[in-house]
Amino acid sequence: MTQISGSPLDENSYVLETRALRAYYRMKYFGIDREVRAVDGISMHVRKNEIYGIAGESSCGKTTFIKAIAAAIRPPLEIVAGHVNYNFINNDLYALPSKERSAIRWRHLSYILQGSMNVLNPVRRIHKTFEDFAFRHMHMGRSEFEQEVKRHLERLRLPAEILRAYPHELSGGMRQRVCIALATLCKPEFIIADEPTTALDVVVQKDVLAMIRETQSEFGSSMIFVTHDLAVHANITDRLGIMYAGRLVEEGRTADVFSNPMHPYTAHLIASLPRIGDIHPRNALTGSPPSLADPPKGCRFHPRCPLAMEICRHENPALTTLAEDHRVACFAASATVQPTSDEKPQHPEALETVR
Amino acid sequence: MIAVFRDLFRYNGEFAIGFMIMMVILGVAATSFFSPYAPIDSYLVAMDAPPSAEYVFGTNSRGQDIFWQLTFALRNTLAFGFIVALISRILSLAIGLISGYAGGAVDRVLMSVNDTFIVIPLFPLLVLLYFVLRDDMTWFVLALVMAGLGWAYDARLIRSVMISLRTREFTNTSVFSGMSMPRIVTQEHLPYVLPIVFSTFMNNMNWSIGLEVTLAVLGFTDVDTPTIGGMIFWANQHSAMVSGIWWWYFFPTLFVTLTFIGLFLLSISMNEYIDPRSRLDRMGNS
Amino acid sequence: MRSYAIYVGKRVLQFALVVFVGISITFLITHLTPIDPVEHSVAQVSTFGFSSPESIELLRQSLRELYGVGDNLWEEYLIFWQRLARLDFGPSLSAFPTPVSELIGRALPWTIGLLTVSTILSWFIGNIIGGLAGYYSRNRILRIIGMIMMGLHPVPYYIVAFVLLIVFTFLLPILPSSGGYAMNLAPGWTPQFLGSVLLHSILPSVSLILVGVGSWFMGMRALVSNIVTDDYVTYAALAGVPERRLVTSYVMRNAFLPQITGLAMSIGAIFNGAVITEQVFGYPGIGRLLVEAVHAADYSLVLGITSIAIIAVSAAVFIIDIIYPLIDPRVQVTQ
Repeated sequence: MTQISGSPLDENSYVLETRALRAYYRMKYFGIDREVRAVDGISMHVRKNEIYGIAGESSCGKTTFIKAIAAAIRPPLEIVAGHVNYNFINNDLYALPSKERSAIRWRHLSYILQGSMNVLNPVRRIHKTFEDFAFRHMHMGRSEFEQEVKRHLERLRLPAEILRAYPHELSGGMRQRVCIALATLCKPEFIIADEPTTALDVVVQKDVLAMIRETQSEFGSSMIFVTHDLAVHANITDRLGIMYAGRLVEEGRTADVFSNPMHPYTAHLIASLPRIGDIHPRNALTGSPPSLADPPKGCRFHPRCPLAMEICRHENPALTTLAEDHRVACFAASATVQPTSDEKPQHPEALETVR
Repeated sequence: MIAVFRDLFRYNGEFAIGFMIMMVILGVAATSFFSPYAPIDSYLVAMDAPPSAEYVFGTNSRGQDIFWQLTFALRNTLAFGFIVALISRILSLAIGLISGYAGGAVDRVLMSVNDTFIVIPLFPLLVLLYFVLRDDMTWFVLALVMAGLGWAYDARLIRSVMISLRTREFTNTSVFSGMSMPRIVTQEHLPYVLPIVFSTFMNNMNWSIGLEVTLAVLGFTDVDTPTIGGMIFWANQHSAMVSGIWWWYFFPTLFVTLTFIGLFLLSISMNEYIDPRSRLDRMGNS
Repeated sequence: MRSYAIYVGKRVLQFALVVFVGISITFLITHLTPIDPVEHSVAQVSTFGFSSPESIELLRQSLRELYGVGDNLWEEYLIFWQRLARLDFGPSLSAFPTPVSELIGRALPWTIGLLTVSTILSWFIGNIIGGLAGYYSRNRILRIIGMIMMGLHPVPYYIVAFVLLIVFTFLLPILPSSGGYAMNLAPGWTPQFLGSVLLHSILPSVSLILVGVGSWFMGMRALVSNIVTDDYVTYAALAGVPERRLVTSYVMRNAFLPQITGLAMSIGAIFNGAVITEQVFGYPGIGRLLVEAVHAADYSLVLGITSIAIIAVSAAVFIIDIIYPLIDPRVQVTQ
């Protein structure tokens, strides 16, 4: 068992903590080996009762990170190093036997996925899905369970009739609300929301966001909220982490990150948001995100960075606390930022980037 | 092309086995050109001799050497399957392409006709045809009729591929860049469709050979042209099972079964090569 | 309900089209012959010398109408349809003067019984094992079963039936080699008779199943390996839905649906297999009746069986088609 000794983890305030987490896709086909380093050394934590946002452009490793903390790993994706700890299991998620791991699912850890057509089984009525997902955790009789589901829907201001419907009979927004109801029924400690509003139109998006916020604060769950849409982050998240090429480059209170971005990549993302009355053309970054199969040496952002220095080409900047609750991985941001190893450690325990 | 072949042979067990089986089958069929006997001559050698050094597969009650009979039979059976598959591929490709591209009313009409041909049971029709034509039903007539009736299933497959290709982005790009539709079809889309045609070619050969063997065993074909089914028909006629001449059944059955398995393996290995998802699956398993 | 009515209406039209095309092809084929089969057949019956002049005249007339030796092709075609509508193919030549429809009526239940049982069994066996093989794609036992099923799939019905016949009635004589029931039993709802029917149906149905399972297996395995990557399966797996429930209600349930359509599309091919299997095992269905009719040059019987087979197969497809929307909740809106 890899029980963490001397962990700074405060059981009361942190719900999730990842340490130097690395998840790679490893493929072998027609004799060619490929390694895609989608999540490459992420250390972060989510506090009790907060919404932690993760932002970054597509293929920066957001979805892989989600899979890694949700233990939704299947080949060719592998966890190559690091830890995922939850306070409700008081242990590394990957050290749990698979039986215990599935026992915490939905009871303690639930998910809201992108609200497309396909998240709910197309040939199963909604109430059956509720039963499949939650019944075994509620420890009550079937009719009692049905009453509980109805009460829960009422609390979320959803009509009880939807329980008899098939997914295709509901609108996209309604399906997403059903998913939120589904994810919060067991009042889990932790909810993972992966682009939950992306496929919805703007008006519905606003309602769904309000509903997520309300239910989260009502039940006191913690949440990780992933979307590429910074405007959504500004609306809903308490803290925000910015990912670039498989790494966390900046993290802080959402308001601080927006008002005082310290990483040039974050600064660029925020500067490119539209503002009313601003007629300046937006500057685009040169180049494109690096291939995760063959990432650049040193800081992964340096080929596109306007502030790149010599050290950035060779050394990987550590994520360093530069202001209260604000961490940045950039040599240009402060001289206190130290290099850290770029390579996968032989003994994961030996290396820690959290300071 | 050679690289594809080499990769398939090296990394795809089904392809390697199927290919080797088909090489053996084709080799045996090819030796028919060196046969010392004419295919339909009978009472040339000792009757009912079991397999021996002189007659590797033995001889039958009609005084024929089973090995040399088999070489002719395999050649004819393969040629039959090849012709049916070739003609019906042309039909299904044409109908699938037209239906997939034209869409609308043309598509609905063609697919109604298509589904009709999928549903109609062919076997009674072929029996009826034999019943009416009798001696005029040569193997070539049979091949033409079967090709004319055997295109429907794959036409539907090709149509669905065409519809998905038509809605892909690169088709629109080609349209906007001013390429004419026939050019888009032949240059942009055929490369996607041809592997499917190739894979269904094998399946169709299996289907037509299977039906031909069945008809021949019942004696509902031109039994004077040696085919695998015809050999079994004559064995039945001479009650070979009762008189214990098992080799008369065994060798044709063995070789036709090998042919089916060989063609089938080639077809599924092609399918796997075409389908990116099964390729991904392979990655996961290695 | 209204959309279902429209759907059924469309299927009825398709059913009518299949019957129309099939019967028209049948009619056209019968007009390809260079000889006059009517006088040929009548002459054949007369040589047996046991028939009354009236019944010979009856035979001649029905053959003339069926065979269409009338004034013009169009008129013959209409008469052919009229005969078909009354299911009246005249007297059989080989079992003269028994009407063809009676012979077919006697044989049809055997074929329908054999085909229904073996088709349903092979559909379920192939789909369940194929679905499991798609889900547990690394399970060695499922892989081996799959290889056997796929290996048998391309082998023609005749050869599988023949091998079974040799093994189980010749080398290891434990099962009856031919017929639909033991000769010494009188047909009826007695336990002995039903047991005998069951015993005699084992080899034919097993050979149909052995050849049939392979394609269901392959189709289902491919469908399942696609469905397991679908969002709703991933989501349910993340939710910790118990594996048994996940495999049955999420993966298999969704993969079964296209296989029902697949069943409709392969009924014709399955029927082809039944003809030859019946012949090998001397099973008293319409397949064997057809082969015997050809050998006996019984024109009206061959024509009758071909027509009935086309109608029966299309009807089976039609029934599957109209049941499908009742099983798949999504069809109502789209079709």
